Amino acid sequence: MPSDNIRPSSPEAASAWPLVFAAWLIATTATLAVLFFGEVMHYPICTLCWYQRIFMMPLAVILPLGLFPFDSRVVRYALPLAGLGALIAVFHQLLVMGVIPESIKPCTQGVPCSTTVVTWFGFLTIPLLSVLAFLTITALLLAARLRSSR
Amino acid sequence: MNQKTLFIAALTILLLVFTGGAFYYSAQQEKQASQVAEANRAALIRMHSPTLGKAEAPVVIVEFLDPACETCGAFYPRVKQLLAANPDKIRLVLRYAPFHNGSDKIVALLEAARMQGKFWPVLEALLASQTQWAPRHTAQVALAWPHLEGLGLNMEQMAFDLTSPDIAKVIEQDLADAKTLNVTMTPEFFVNGKPLPSFGFEQLQQLVDDALAATRGK
Repeated sequence: MPSDNIRPSSPEAASAWPLVFAAWLIATTATLAVLFFGEVMHYPICTLCWYQRIFMMPLAVILPLGLFPFDSRVVRYALPLAGLGALIAVFHQLLVMGVIPESIKPCTQGVPCSTTVVTWFGFLTIPLLSVLAFLTITALLLAARLRSSR
Repeated sequence: MNQKTLFIAALTILLLVFTGGAFYYSAQQEKQASQVAEANRAALIRMHSPTLGKAEAPVVIVEFLDPACETCGAFYPRVKQLLAANPDKIRLVLRYAPFHNGSDKIVALLEAARMQGKFWPVLEALLASQTQWAPRHTAQVALAWPHLEGLGLNMEQMAFDLTSPDIAKVIEQDLADAKTLNVTMTPEFFVNGKPLPSFGFEQLQQLVDDALAATRGK
């Protein structure tokens, strides 16, 4: 049947399901959290944050499409988003930490990306949370790819 | 299927947390805004502010206004209607919140016009021509001048008054009070010291109606 081609449901592939589900959980939590910061708490949004949103939000939509029915190829479509998002998030974090000098700072108008609005527990900032979220999603998707290709 | 139930449960919980959090947060903010306004009554009304309506009117609307803000311009005629609908009952006090780039220069223009007793006609002329002197959200005082012609102003005197330190002081005080009262967006209204629960003309109308009803009951 042709549909079997689209839905590889071997036991090995199915074992990747929880990984993709976890990635979706993180992406959705991040999406809702960032909407809460911006739309409810009215935190200012810097340019780099917009780019990270652009890569995070589609993940919350695309990943469930690969969960029901399970289609391991969703990893192929989601990984570039997660990877690029991780790159921007790391860049943003380096900017906040001052590793990247002011002169390469891409946003001079509006809210400067090098300032952070909130810090929890003395170290946790929104850019750092973004780095953690993107890197975890990337790692989960890579693991899912390994498992389902075996 | 088990997986489907898990997915739907997770999604439901996340959405519930989000909406619950949003409602809780806005309620807290509203409470806090009232408390801030209550604690800083002195910052709400200053002697220097332009006012409209009778001094002994029972309802006082304090409006923080940015002459370059489009929403302020859109609200202005409706606020005037509100005043006209309740003659002698409402006093409007204008405070400046020039948040737009270059808007402080426009405020100086208004204050200079006020020295000649032409504040309200100039304000109305400027709000009506806002799109022409504030392209791309940047107020340009040079573009505003032509819209003041025909109002009977002594332009030379005005140009001189613009740089008056008194005007600078008024702007500085209003901005400081806006900060104290947590005014971050314009227009912001306080009716008898109470801030708007959420932004909108209906909310302002409601607050004014409540204040009018409260004074009638006395």
